Amino acid sequence: MQFNRRDALIIGAGAATVALLPMQAFAAAGDDEIMAFTGGADVTEGGIVLTAPEIAENGNTVPVAVSAPGAVSIILIATGNPNPKVAKFTFGPLAGSQDASTRIRLAGTQELIAVAQMADGTFARDSKIVKVTIGGCGG
Amino acid sequence: MAIGVKPRVKVPKTASAGDVITIKTLISHKMESGQRKDKEGNRIPQSIINTFSCDFKGQNVITVSLSGAISTNPYFQFKAIVPESGDFEFTWNDDDGSVYTETKTISVG
Repeated sequence: MQFNRRDALIIGAGAATVALLPMQAFAAAGDDEIMAFTGGADVTEGGIVLTAPEIAENGNTVPVAVSAPGAVSIILIATGNPNPKVAKFTFGPLAGSQDASTRIRLAGTQELIAVAQMADGTFARDSKIVKVTIGGCGG
Repeated sequence: MAIGVKPRVKVPKTASAGDVITIKTLISHKMESGQRKDKEGNRIPQSIINTFSCDFKGQNVITVSLSGAISTNPYFQFKAIVPESGDFEFTWNDDDGSVYTETKTISVG
C-alpha cells in the first residue's frame, strides 16, 4: 500500500478525534442521563428547586433536597461522579407534596442537576454547584 | 443477606383525614458503591439497596431508585397524604435479592 500525503492527513485527523473523545465523554456525563430521562424534549428552568449546601465538608454524606410541585418524577445527576446517576424519585397518588430529601456521595467539587418531569409532560431543571472538601468515593 | 440491616421509620401515630404528614426513613446499610478498592487494589463489587418504596393500602406514595451515589445508611424524607386509618408499608430491595420491610400504623381520629 502506498502511503501518500492524503492518507497521512486522514490518519492524523482520526488520531486527533480519538484523543478528544475522553474529554467529550466527560462533558456529556450527565447529559446522557438527562437525554435518557427526557427523550430529547425541551427542558426549561424554573418550577423545580434543588437544595444543596454551597460547601460540603464531607463528600460521603451531602444532604440534598428536591422540590417540584406537580412533578411525576425527579432525577438527580452528579456530573462529576464516576457514575453520574444518583437517584430517581417517582411520586405516587398519595404523595403529600412532590418533594424529597436524602443524603448523597460526591466525588469532588461539581455541579448537581435535578430534572423533573411534570404531570403535563414538560420538563424542568435546576442545578447547584457544590464545593466538596473531602471526596466521597473511596480511593 | 447483608448483615446488620435494620430499617427505622418515623411516622406520626395519629392524623386527621386528608392531612399531609412527613415521613422519615433510615435503613442501616453499607451501600458499597463499587468504586472503593481493598488493600490489594481489587475493586470491591457494588452492593447497594437499589429500590425503596412507600405504599399506603396498595397506593403508592413514593418510589426511589437508588445508585451507588446514595450515602451509607440511606435516608429519605418525604410527605404523604393520609386518607384514612391504615398501614404505611415500606420496602427496600437489596442488590443481593433480600427485601427488607417495615410497617407503621396510623390512626385517623
